[in-house]
Amino acid sequence: MDYLLTDEQKMIQELARKIAEEKIKPVAAKYDQSEEFPWEIMEILAKADLFGIFVPQEYGGTSGGVLDLCIATEELSRACGGIAVCYAASALGTFPIMLFGNEEQKKKYLPDLASGKKIAGFGITEPEAGSDASAIKTAAKREGDYYVLNGLKHFITNGGDAQIYTVIVMTDKTKGARGASAFVVEKGTPGFTFGKKEEKLGIRASSTRELIFTDCKIPKENLLSKEGMGFIVTMKTFDMSRPGVAAQALGIAQGALDVAVKYAKERQQFGKSISSFQGIQWMLADMATQIEAARALVYSCAREIDVGCKDVGKDSAMAKMFASDVAMKVTTDAVQILGGYGYMKDYPAEKYMRDAKITQIYEGTNQIQRNIIALQLIKEMAK
Amino acid sequence: MNIIVCIKQVPETTEVKINPETNTLIREGVKSIINPFDAYAIEEGVRLKEKFGAKATVITMGPPQAEAVLREAISLGIDDGILLSDRAFAGSDTWATSYALSAAIKKIGAFDLIVCGKQASDGDTAQVGPGISAHLDIPAVTYVKKIEEINPVRNTKAIIGEDKISNGVKDNFARVERMTEAGYEIIEVSLPALITVVKEINTPRLPSLKGMMRAKQAKIIHWKASDIEVELNFVGLAGSPTQVVKIFTPAPRVGGQMLKGETQEIVDRLVGLLKSDIP
Repeated sequence: MDYLLTDEQKMIQELARKIAEEKIKPVAAKYDQSEEFPWEIMEILAKADLFGIFVPQEYGGTSGGVLDLCIATEELSRACGGIAVCYAASALGTFPIMLFGNEEQKKKYLPDLASGKKIAGFGITEPEAGSDASAIKTAAKREGDYYVLNGLKHFITNGGDAQIYTVIVMTDKTKGARGASAFVVEKGTPGFTFGKKEEKLGIRASSTRELIFTDCKIPKENLLSKEGMGFIVTMKTFDMSRPGVAAQALGIAQGALDVAVKYAKERQQFGKSISSFQGIQWMLADMATQIEAARALVYSCAREIDVGCKDVGKDSAMAKMFASDVAMKVTTDAVQILGGYGYMKDYPAEKYMRDAKITQIYEGTNQIQRNIIALQLIKEMAK
Repeated sequence: MNIIVCIKQVPETTEVKINPETNTLIREGVKSIINPFDAYAIEEGVRLKEKFGAKATVITMGPPQAEAVLREAISLGIDDGILLSDRAFAGSDTWATSYALSAAIKKIGAFDLIVCGKQASDGDTAQVGPGISAHLDIPAVTYVKKIEEINPVRNTKAIIGEDKISNGVKDNFARVERMTEAGYEIIEVSLPALITVVKEINTPRLPSLKGMMRAKQAKIIHWKASDIEVELNFVGLAGSPTQVVKIFTPAPRVGGQMLKGETQEIVDRLVGLLKSDIP
């Protein structure tokens, strides 16, 4: 299907695909096994200018938008969902600064993030605060020209490896959700350490760690926007980044389909290629159709955001929910098509299936996405 | 410093199809790419540019669509692209091609080093590079795997000893490592010179997005036969001394035969076999 991409978007697609094919595919299984952070690939992505595709030119980017980011994420995920999320999570950590930072903050942080010299992470989740983000306990107390942070964030993608973190913490617990604020914290700040690295089912090339704040003193200039804006920052950030998770799911699904089609053509049973069996053909046809439907939804939603549509929450939730459900279904079917080989680590199918699962969970579980969609539907009816 | 990189657009597949009537390549339906060996020439040109602040120009001779490989070279960091394209050049052999390219290089003017890939993946002749140097009357070093030094401040005694200086090595020179079948040679060559490079010389980079954007905007210089000083009867099919009589795929070599047993026994059988092969 032709999505009428701009020349720049086609270039991003071509470039990201080239990197995925030539540089990521050959090392995907290695990083999946070792769980090392894929710095060599991050450097390649940085040199290719891909970290700055959604960042305005004045801060070193190329002034693209969410769709540009989705296209790059999709292509990278096609080769490895784990490596792709290291890239996408840096964008997630960059968005709050780009959207809510003042001129000084943007000038200080964005050029290094756009060039890929530094990568970012975003921290809101805590052990007791997952889907219910208002339950966060990590607190920041104002002391003169500083804020002092105490508490713990967990399951933070790029945790320990990123140099710049945007974190959501409470500045006024009495106000509930309205008492949260967003801060930038740099790696190396005294009192800011990292906990254990999680061992994961999938996306194992990415690092997931705890962020630990123990009397961590940060300058008051690191506050993004104003005190109490933490959840607004989070919502607006997720509106921008959710299509990215959807694009990651989309890429994983496409990668699995590629593997399944190739295998079906090569695999001989009963004296012919299994791709000649209608049972396999129909599976492949369904997989491809679902992927295309997901792509149409993801790209449309990303475009909506880029042209400045308001209230994209529902569409963004639909894109994330649908694409990730498709990814889980398609990758499971890919394993099925590869049969016994699909279950073995020597073939890439099982990795796609493991990598797909997280896309139904993070940045809002698909159940939360359905809540968002339903609530918006009911709201619209009441108008 | 001025660097000129010569490249060629070739069909992507290694299994090129030949038109049996005309003995030329069938290009229809085959994706065109930069000749893989030229990618190393481009990378070396860009590295010299980055190291010495040189200006790097890329040139190709080919049909109008060969502009694509020039833009790709620019996306990798080359400054300018020149496309030499004219019906008059069609069917040029390696002699006529190198003649036309050398005339274009004369028009570019000052240069210090010309870098070419060792050979093209379609024709495999490895003649155009050295041919250009012959037409320009400059030295050529083929199969270069490393540029050790280029145009440096000369430390004469340490490098070659005084006797060799009087043998005409000028102040402007490059010292390169040239691959041979047995190892490599270190060669000093006066500049301007032409080198052809092998894949051991570097690892070509991937393009960057900003480079690709720049390449899209870049203005490619188009030169026709009338823009350069060439005699028309020395270019194109008519001006080419080489005549391709026939192109064919040679029959695959059959595997050898392994002899097993005691040494004396094997030797006897081998001699017998060799003798029986002689008509």
